[in-house]
Amino acid sequence: MNLNRYKTGWLTISLLVLNYGATVYGADSAITPTPVFSVGACILIALVIFLLLLLLLWLIRLAKSLRQDTAETDYSSTHWLQNEVNNLDAEELDLLINRRKKIKGNNGSRHKSPGKGAVLTIFFLVFSVLAAHAQDADNGGDVMKSPGMFIMLALVLIPLVVTVYLIGLRLSNITRRTRYSKIKKDTLALTGAVDEQSVSVDDLINRKQALNFKLTDDELAGTLLPDDKRALLRNITEVESPRFFASKRKAANKHQIDPEIVRLIMWYLGTATFWLVIGTSIGEYLGIKFVSPDTDHISWLSFGRLRPVHTNMVFWGWSSLAMIGLGYYVVSTVSNTVVYSVKRAYQSLILINAAIITGSLCLMAGINNAGGEYREYTWPVMGVFALGIVLTLINYIQTIAQRKTKEIYISNWYIVSALMFLTVIAIVGYIPWWQNGLGETIVQGYYMHQAVGMWFMLFNLGLVYYFLPQQLNTPIYSYSLGILAFWSQILFYTLIGTHHFIFSSIPWWLQTVAIVGSMGMLIPVFSGTTNFLMTFRGSYHKIGRSYTLPFYIVGILFYFTGSTQGTAEAFRSTNLVWHFTDFTVAHSHLTMYGIIAFLLWGCVYTLIPRLTGREPKQGLVGAHFWMALIGVLLYTIPLMVGGTLKGIAWQAGKPFIDGVVLMAPYWLWRAIGGSLMWASHIIFAWNLYSMATGGVEADIKKKIFEQLNPSVQPETEITNGTL
Amino acid sequence: MELYNNHKGLFLAAAGLFILLTCFVAIGPALTSQNNNAPLPNSKALTALENEGKAVYVAEGCIACHTQQVRNVDMDKVWGERPSVAADYARNTRMDTWRSTALLMGSERTGPDLTNIGKRQPVSDWHLLHLFNPRTVVKESVMPSYEWLFEVKDYPFVEDVTVNVPDEFKKGISGKIVATHKALALVAYLKSLKQTKLPDGKPVPIFLYGQSKTDLNTGTKGTGSAAKPEFDGAALYAANCQSCHQSNGEGLVGAFPPLKGSKVVLDDNPEVQVTIIMEGYNGRVSEGYGVMPAVGTNNNLKPEEVTAIVNHERENWGNNSKKATLAQVKKIIESLKRPAAPVIAKK
Repeated sequence: MNLNRYKTGWLTISLLVLNYGATVYGADSAITPTPVFSVGACILIALVIFLLLLLLLWLIRLAKSLRQDTAETDYSSTHWLQNEVNNLDAEELDLLINRRKKIKGNNGSRHKSPGKGAVLTIFFLVFSVLAAHAQDADNGGDVMKSPGMFIMLALVLIPLVVTVYLIGLRLSNITRRTRYSKIKKDTLALTGAVDEQSVSVDDLINRKQALNFKLTDDELAGTLLPDDKRALLRNITEVESPRFFASKRKAANKHQIDPEIVRLIMWYLGTATFWLVIGTSIGEYLGIKFVSPDTDHISWLSFGRLRPVHTNMVFWGWSSLAMIGLGYYVVSTVSNTVVYSVKRAYQSLILINAAIITGSLCLMAGINNAGGEYREYTWPVMGVFALGIVLTLINYIQTIAQRKTKEIYISNWYIVSALMFLTVIAIVGYIPWWQNGLGETIVQGYYMHQAVGMWFMLFNLGLVYYFLPQQLNTPIYSYSLGILAFWSQILFYTLIGTHHFIFSSIPWWLQTVAIVGSMGMLIPVFSGTTNFLMTFRGSYHKIGRSYTLPFYIVGILFYFTGSTQGTAEAFRSTNLVWHFTDFTVAHSHLTMYGIIAFLLWGCVYTLIPRLTGREPKQGLVGAHFWMALIGVLLYTIPLMVGGTLKGIAWQAGKPFIDGVVLMAPYWLWRAIGGSLMWASHIIFAWNLYSMATGGVEADIKKKIFEQLNPSVQPETEITNGTL
Repeated sequence: MELYNNHKGLFLAAAGLFILLTCFVAIGPALTSQNNNAPLPNSKALTALENEGKAVYVAEGCIACHTQQVRNVDMDKVWGERPSVAADYARNTRMDTWRSTALLMGSERTGPDLTNIGKRQPVSDWHLLHLFNPRTVVKESVMPSYEWLFEVKDYPFVEDVTVNVPDEFKKGISGKIVATHKALALVAYLKSLKQTKLPDGKPVPIFLYGQSKTDLNTGTKGTGSAAKPEFDGAALYAANCQSCHQSNGEGLVGAFPPLKGSKVVLDDNPEVQVTIIMEGYNGRVSEGYGVMPAVGTNNNLKPEEVTAIVNHERENWGNNSKKATLAQVKKIIESLKRPAAPVIAKK
């Protein structure tokens, strides 16, 4: 009974989100025969009553207008005349004025008849408006065929409705005729008044000019260009036509930065984006396989082998490479120095990419590390990756060591810690000599969760601590909150790995520690979110004018909701429903995509225009943003609803296959959402390309200036040169 | 603060805290767990073939969708007689230096739990057919087809294991479909997955979060539907019988016999029907049908549940024979238990 209550609650939600899926499940679980007959009759009666009410309203309206039209008008009063003139629009006034001029031209000889045409034109102009309002009452739907009461009801009600409708038609005919003669009378009276000069032509002309009045747009601004002595203005855009897409602020000027570093960062981001596109293409294919499992029967493309290819590729390929690339800019910039060794950075890039290529091929060939999530690469492959990470770590630390600022900015704590921790995590998770047997399950829990929280999350927070204040042009709200979030994240996050194995046969106390740690995670999440949102304080208006800030705000929003959801999932009671279901898949996408990917995109769109001096098309950035956002919502919400229903079905002791059948519509929605996400990545790749291949024009210009420099009269020379 | 201006101090402090917590929460417990764990006395090590099968299980990524853990919660009762304990995993160690210990517990249950699959489904024919294309036996399944574990031969050897695939799933295959060594190894591994009885004297962990207290106290083993007064024959049939005999009761030609119009089901006396459910059947092997396992005994079905299944079979798909009563079924099951008594006494 208790269960049914839950079920109905969830049914309501899922009905709102996904009508189809919920009804399939609802129909499945319905046991009692529904009283179709009485419900059908009720609906029919309600429909008829509704129809009758509509008809009644129509009748009342008709009667009202009929009464108005038949009322007598005092044509001689100036009030009436003034009213009529004010009701005319410019075109109608024009007709009247022209008619008046014609009459004057003809010296008033043909006094009576010539106005007929103009009168009729005005008349039709007015009447056509009325005709457009003529109504077509709906005759109602055909009544469902059903014995007994249905037929009886129909036999009584149809004639009733038709009768009322016919009465209405009749009445509406009368009204139309009355209205016609009334308007004709009014118009003739008006023309008559103009002819007899009861209304002066000047009045009409004045009225027409008043109607045609328009602002010149120069009233406030004037026509002079602004005097800009400090070069504050650039990229001034004038809006000539109504905009479908609001144009956003342009990025700042290109920064003076070593082209060698720019090339390095572009290599990191380029390869990262390559893995994003490939990795999510694979993910999309996996999503399709849930809907159509017989798409192919090729071993290298089977679900079991491709799934880890997808997850590892977007983890280590896309997110990690993008983070490290952006890190090279942030670490050196906030230290007010240059990157220690560009050569090492390239070595690291090659190592990491090599690890992903070999790792993916190994996984597809069936060589994996025996099933631990995100730990599927074997240790020789992961060793290559870890070497790349260690090289980066050394490079970052040496960059910070040569910093020109006294303090270490908070971004660098997060970024360097993330690299240190990943090194520790990889060593603990992969060193083959010390672990064997059941202990590896505990290590797996530790490994998979630390990789997410101590690597991706920590590194991203570091990036956001730099890019967000920079985009908002305001300092970070509170350094203290940042310190609190930093240490509490380390303290609590390290503990929570085992919450992936609640109720399993690893020590009960360890499971409890993990649950407590998950609770504790609320502290860094709340303080981090507060810090970011308070940094936003007073700058919310900037979101609408920027194409980068929406990515940050969505990332922060998911940081809050996704992380808190993780805490909620860890309790024993909720674990009962959600563990092992598709809910966890939704959660990992909400976090790795909603938080990490969105923040990374925000950073990329912020940084690259500054490096290359070239911006992406704003419409395309918008398309990327909205498709990714709507896509991830369409992906995660159905999986959460379906996962919950599946957990409830399991608890109710339903056959396992029922859960599979129940998920079918939700898996379809997941594939649809996934397609949107995938398409948005193609757009992102194009945007990155268009940002990367710029700067040529500016560079050429600069070179020509330099070449021309020795010549005596630069101005004329340049004009000739460019011509 | 001074700490935040000194990169060595700051980063060493952060790394130190992290490593300390790592030792406390991962390395320490892992070492304790793996060093204080021994296999159950009644358990058997995997044979060479079964070990090969486990390697296939790992390579194909089965772990991504199939768990092997019966949690100590009521809803997991369907997957085993008792919750899994640490000792159940003691025989699962590293396969070689290159790979870690197979994470058999899994973390996603897109497919059913396999802890006890060897007991639940001991028929090789079913497994092979299911691996070739899961939709031959379970229409709604989304599991991948493992076609590459099979080969097509026009003239198979006598020792080859052929699979009778229904025509609609053959698409373009004209010869005989033969299971490769890998497929046989995988099936051998799956059939080896059975829960071992805990030795006497060791307390059996209980299932938590039962639907009612009385249910917990009596310790009944059921499918979780015990709280319902009536047993749902259709659901029980789906959970226990449908994967072979199919939802339309027609079975699969050449593999599983139909129940629709079956003499056994149409017989007004339910004795043979109940006996087959409880003890299995091999009477139609000569016609090409597989051996039926003792589903009722393996899955611990209660007389009430058996009655529901029997009657579901008796009044569906055009079958119209006399319904069996609970008393009848109880009596038959009682009479079956007597010869089995010595087996229980032996343990």
